Amino acid sequence: MNKKVGYAIALAAALAAPFVVYPVFLMQVLCFALFACAFNLLIGFTGLLSFGHAAFFGGAGYVTGYALKSMGLPFELGLALGIVAAAAIGLIMGSLAIRRQGIYFAMITLALAQMLFFVYLQAPFTDGENGLQGVPRGRLLGSIDLGNDMTLYYVVLAIAIAGFALIARTIHSPFGQVLKAIKENEARAISLGYDVDRYKLLAFVLSAALSGLAGATKTVVLGLETLTDVHWSMSGLVVLMTLVGGLGTLAGPIVGAIVIVALENKVGDVGNWLAALTSIEWFRSIGESVTMVTGFIFIVCVLAFRRGIVGEIGALFSRTSTR
Amino acid sequence: MIEIFGISLQAMLSQLLLGLVNGSFYAMLSLGLAVIFGLLNVINMAHGAFYMMGAFLAWMGLNYFGLNYWVMLITAPLLAGVFGMVIEKTLLRWLYQLDHLYGLLLTFGITLMLEGLFRSFYGTSGQPYSVPELLAGATNLGFMMLPNYRAWVVVASLVVCFATWFAIEKTKLGAYLRAGTENPKLVEAFGINVPLMVTLTYGFGVALAAFAGVLAAPVIQVSPLMGSDLIIVVFAVVVIGGMGSIMGSIIIGLALGVIEGLTRVFYPELSATVVFIIMVIVLTLRPAGLFGKEK
Repeated sequence: MNKKVGYAIALAAALAAPFVVYPVFLMQVLCFALFACAFNLLIGFTGLLSFGHAAFFGGAGYVTGYALKSMGLPFELGLALGIVAAAAIGLIMGSLAIRRQGIYFAMITLALAQMLFFVYLQAPFTDGENGLQGVPRGRLLGSIDLGNDMTLYYVVLAIAIAGFALIARTIHSPFGQVLKAIKENEARAISLGYDVDRYKLLAFVLSAALSGLAGATKTVVLGLETLTDVHWSMSGLVVLMTLVGGLGTLAGPIVGAIVIVALENKVGDVGNWLAALTSIEWFRSIGESVTMVTGFIFIVCVLAFRRGIVGEIGALFSRTSTR
Repeated sequence: MIEIFGISLQAMLSQLLLGLVNGSFYAMLSLGLAVIFGLLNVINMAHGAFYMMGAFLAWMGLNYFGLNYWVMLITAPLLAGVFGMVIEKTLLRWLYQLDHLYGLLLTFGITLMLEGLFRSFYGTSGQPYSVPELLAGATNLGFMMLPNYRAWVVVASLVVCFATWFAIEKTKLGAYLRAGTENPKLVEAFGINVPLMVTLTYGFGVALAAFAGVLAAPVIQVSPLMGSDLIIVVFAVVVIGGMGSIMGSIIIGLALGVIEGLTRVFYPELSATVVFIIMVIVLTLRPAGLFGKEK
């Protein structure tokens, strides 16, 4: 019952938000929230740490951007192509990476994503260092103009909610239960007769496809796609969002994405404020090297805050209710 | 002029040497990663950052304190090693009971912080560091010009790598270390201070990375981002070799450097990705890695 109220409030807030906050910023948050949720499907519910999710996020962004700009495809087809591309990359990367476990899995995904980074850097369709610029937003179903930020916001919101719903459904399905079993005790899952590799691969492809959806949508929103989205720091960023929000919680990655995206936008102001307060000029440079702040949050989270925001709140609730 | 496949021997040999130089860095870094992983069960993502720190310490020593290359070649690894030990004592220590992944995430955070810190002071552009006078210039070998400094890098790193191999495989201290890798509780029961050994091992691994960084400073420009690009290639090297064998890490590191160098001659477009392609092939044919023993 409580949960339903929570969802209703969240939905109402999401519907009202663009009247208060700049819609493009909100759409970015939504895209990253979906990206983080897709990533969490792997780390939080299957126990696989991928350090290469930028390959799907940015890869789909490039494919969609190219499809809309150079091939002149309609909005829906462009998105679909992006998702298919991300799923295909996920299938190849996943089938290689699941051959090794634990730490090696993380290293392999990181290395493969870096390889794709070089491919995107050199490939003719990505425009190298400049990136794809001026990707048109087009029209939804050929009629509704998406050039308007407000209209696009509600479309993006619908896409994000569909994505979240799919993830929630997956986690609560029998398939999701098997994934959880693999996370808790892989040997046991094998002995029970589950083809663990196939489950892992399917989860990987699903996560890749949803990350692709997020990346493709982000390209449409901003109208551009650059190498930033395929760089390893993007893979790290999504890990951070999920970690801050709470690994293995449904709402955690959403909260984490909001916090981190807001932080990245505001950290320069905080730096300037600190510089004014302490008159140490160095603080002004924080804005240019946000990584220092994100790195610090990473360390704090890992050491003291492993359950993340949502996880800690949940733990607090269960503690008070048992009392 | 001798030519092979339309490429002059001279160009090929110089790329081969450059490959060997890169290979030496791969070897030293993957060696450090393997040693740390063996005892701590942590993949040290921050290894590239420590390598970068070594190079920057050398640069700072020269520019702020007038300390020359040779002084910093010893001092920078020591400083970095101490820094590493502090990190192990204060941060990493708390994660040994948890999943490996947290160690990886923590060291990733350290990487971001170190990179961001250096970037806030020096920006992303590279700082030049000149070759020490003693090793400036080149020797004419008759068939090619051998830049003295590059030869020195290869020799120095080989010596360090083999010294490490010898220390771990052939000495008593190394025996403790290997035993600690197998079963730390039992080793502790024999009266050996395992936590101290863990701290020293981490410090040593970090010092090795910093040493590589100082060696690299005159070859490539000193920049805050020099470490993270390298470390990902080193991860691929580690996946290819598997972390089971010290000698394996050294050989694979050097070999991949050479292959990369040769690719730069014959098909430059692939030079950035060839190591990753080899990783894919190895994963397909021999998932545990060439020298790996997977449980």
